[in-house]
Amino acid sequence: MINATLKHLSSALAAKHISSVELTQLYLDRIATHNPVFNAYTTVDAKISLAQAQAADARIAAGLAGPLTGIPFAQKDIFCAKGWRTTCGSKMLGDFIAPYDAHVISQFDRAGAVNLGKTNMDEFAMGSSNETSYFGDVRNPWDPQRVPGGSSGGSASAVAARLCAAATGTDTGGSIRQPAALCGISGIKPTYGTVSRYGMIAFASSLDQAGPMARSAEDCALMLNVMTGFDERDSTSLQRDQEDYSRDLNRPLSGLRIGLPREFFAEGLSADVGSRIAEAIAEYRKLGATVVEISLPNTRLAVPVYYVLAPAEASSNLSRFDGVRYGYRAPEYTDLADMYEKSRAQGFGEEVKRRIMIGTYVLSHGYYDAYYLQAQKIRRLIAQDFTDAFKQCDVIMGPTAPSTAFKLGEKGDDPVQMYLSDIYTIAVNLAGLPGMSIPCGFGDNAMPVGLQIIGNYFDEARMLNAAHQYQLNTDWHTRCPQGL
Amino acid sequence: MTWEIVIGLEVHAQLSTQTKIFSGASTTYGAEPNTQADAVSIALPGVLPVLNKGAVERAIKFGLATGAHIAPRSVFARKNYFYPDLPKGYQISQFDLPVVGMGALTIQVEPLSGPSTGSGFKPYEKVVRITRAHLEEDAGKSVHGSSQGMTGIDLNRAGTPLLEIVSEPDMRSAAEAIAYAKALHTLVKWIGICDGNMQEGSFRCDVNVSVRRPGEPFGTRREIKNLNSFKFMQQAIDYEVQWQIDTIESGGKVQQATILFNPDSGETRAMRSKEDAHDYRYFPDPDLLPLDISEEWKEQVRATLPELPEARRARYTGEYGLTAYDANVLTSSREMADYFDTCVGAVGAAGAKLCANWLTGELSAQLNRDGLDMTQCPVNPQQMGGMLARIADNTISNSGAKEVFRALWAEGGDADAIIEAKGLKQVSDSGAIEALVDEIIAANADKVAEYRSGKDKLFGFFVGLAMKASKGKANPAQLNEVLKQKLAG
Repeated sequence: MINATLKHLSSALAAKHISSVELTQLYLDRIATHNPVFNAYTTVDAKISLAQAQAADARIAAGLAGPLTGIPFAQKDIFCAKGWRTTCGSKMLGDFIAPYDAHVISQFDRAGAVNLGKTNMDEFAMGSSNETSYFGDVRNPWDPQRVPGGSSGGSASAVAARLCAAATGTDTGGSIRQPAALCGISGIKPTYGTVSRYGMIAFASSLDQAGPMARSAEDCALMLNVMTGFDERDSTSLQRDQEDYSRDLNRPLSGLRIGLPREFFAEGLSADVGSRIAEAIAEYRKLGATVVEISLPNTRLAVPVYYVLAPAEASSNLSRFDGVRYGYRAPEYTDLADMYEKSRAQGFGEEVKRRIMIGTYVLSHGYYDAYYLQAQKIRRLIAQDFTDAFKQCDVIMGPTAPSTAFKLGEKGDDPVQMYLSDIYTIAVNLAGLPGMSIPCGFGDNAMPVGLQIIGNYFDEARMLNAAHQYQLNTDWHTRCPQGL
Repeated sequence: MTWEIVIGLEVHAQLSTQTKIFSGASTTYGAEPNTQADAVSIALPGVLPVLNKGAVERAIKFGLATGAHIAPRSVFARKNYFYPDLPKGYQISQFDLPVVGMGALTIQVEPLSGPSTGSGFKPYEKVVRITRAHLEEDAGKSVHGSSQGMTGIDLNRAGTPLLEIVSEPDMRSAAEAIAYAKALHTLVKWIGICDGNMQEGSFRCDVNVSVRRPGEPFGTRREIKNLNSFKFMQQAIDYEVQWQIDTIESGGKVQQATILFNPDSGETRAMRSKEDAHDYRYFPDPDLLPLDISEEWKEQVRATLPELPEARRARYTGEYGLTAYDANVLTSSREMADYFDTCVGAVGAAGAKLCANWLTGELSAQLNRDGLDMTQCPVNPQQMGGMLARIADNTISNSGAKEVFRALWAEGGDADAIIEAKGLKQVSDSGAIEALVDEIIAANADKVAEYRSGKDKLFGFFVGLAMKASKGKANPAQLNEVLKQKLAG
């Protein structure tokens, strides 16, 4: 049951082979057993989860079930969920009980899904290893000495360790795709504006986008069907007709043009990762796709541009955490300024403070033009690179991350080395494009390798089709870490 | 040597929308603290702003009313600073791309009491340029000393829509500054975008003041913050101007500063200097799309604009031949002007002067005596027009009208009914008046003889007798004519 796809779970529930309560209890038991090792969850509340499961069972019995009804999902702790502690991985929100539901949470609720708990994450989604969480490191199920990636590391770890049927993540610079790659699961960041950001705690508003993390592309498609849709509470939410993201899953791939960006296969890419990507591309050729080399000339600028823009937005987005109305307030202070300083100094971790400092600096008088404005211009050039590339190909493929999962603490001293983990994913956020990662083998250290698929705007169905066809012909996505 | 005063104003007009500029929370004034603070108002994690179209429409209205350029695309920016009543740690405002560009307002400069204007001041008209107007959200309120020496935060006002209206430094006296502020105040109420309630902070003025020798470049300005009455504005400007002149004349230099006016002491004092100025780190708000205003939208809004004060003034002096003074008084508020128009509608254009006299005279005086404003006037314009029409058609005399007006004010009702009930109808029947006059002439032959022999002064005596005989109802003009004619023999 723990290896079943969402479709199978749904049929099993419909056929009463298992009840939602039983399924939920099964996962709760697994969490109780394994979470102490992986630390994938920050909050589990069996009472709420089981109550939701009960309601789902009633709904199934009444014949009102949808495709996700009764299935237990883990929710990244960045989404406000009414009555749930919502921490965003920070001491700042260590005791914050959300009084309302994020759009994503309501969508799952409406679908009758069960909320299994909140997953650990890098603090305020800032990190690529899940080592910045106030609630402790998350471990990679394939090797608990290694990181799961970040910032949606808790979700990736929980999915890989079969501690949920699937999970949600958010991706600002690679935070769904990179942990999906490092944990050997499938994850998709849709086109910016496709999933409402309402109730999702903001890191960098112009880049943040929620998406599914699951064990297959097919599962991702089913989840996207529930997560997407116009929401008037988010001004950047796009008004489009509802799509069925599974509609093209079974289309043959003959004629699919795959673009391979030269810049993604240059210096910095581990040899083992490069080999697995090459093998995956060979598989695609077998499935009838053609391959064309393309260029994304401004790729090398993506990381520097991102580390101007994302911190700039974050420095402002995180100003609301001031100890005045909710969240952490320093126990002792002398006056207002001291209260602000101490609350924020004590409530935020090192990486968050670093980015607030960077962001404050690049927006400051006299630096704004040189950094922020310049970065915005390059952001447009990066988007233009993709527009040009998609004239020659239907999807772009390459590595998701330059290497497989690294050891805990390995990159702790050098933030720039850590930032380079997202070198292939960041440009996609800057352009607002959809991107996904699917497992395509293992590296020299037996850790999973992720293949990144980048699509044109709103081309998620085609990407999912490409991913699903690959998964029909390979079994990397079905591999399970030992002992799980 | 003389000094020239240079003044520019920044006015925050609270827009009269039902809900806040970026959320559905109510904007009603005076509610219990934090009862109108929704998730967006208190800036819970994860909430997002959604722009209130009503606020944009009001900004467009203002731009159109001041002949300004309406930006087809403007941008909301974040102004970042920490303050307990600023829940997000930034204010959403507009910075380099405001919704309303350069416009202008024609003002009527009137003399002020006090030292601001000397004797011999003649009212004049002036055009003040308006640099820009932009949309932004208001902050909450800190309530000091509410409990146990702590400061309370009330976020009811947080997110209330404001239009910040920035003028050019075009004003050269307190009188001009007050005239501009008043004209702006009249305009925003006139076009229905702001209730103009200054006590409740719906219309707040920041005044930038500097002095210079005529012909020289602008001096260093100091900004007097948050003036919420025209009287305080005048006092603050007078004090500040004198302070700056004294400072310079005694060898000092004016430093750029933000200052506060203390109404109790009548003095201004520095709040912060330029050195402590915040670096607000403005940048476009990524949560909001650029604000696009189509020609079509603009035209839809234009269609809802009423005739503006300036156009009305022109119509009153041009079509009705009213004096500039009367036209100004009648356009001091839209309620007054509309009242006047309704009255003229009942009386006819020929009676416009009569209407103006009554509105600026008897009606205004009565409102003043009872401490009411036009919106609270117990006599509605239909009632008033009905009465004025009876003056115009000679049914009642002016003194009879005063009695009708008193009755309308006290008990309401209809002018014709009051005239009937009180028997105030003038006798305008020429036969009746002639008969009456004949009787008087016959009964006073000796006086008639005296009159005819040149004692003109006796005319008044005959008028008195005739009026008395008619019980005061004879049409005075008609009576005079008949008397004159008959006495002449």
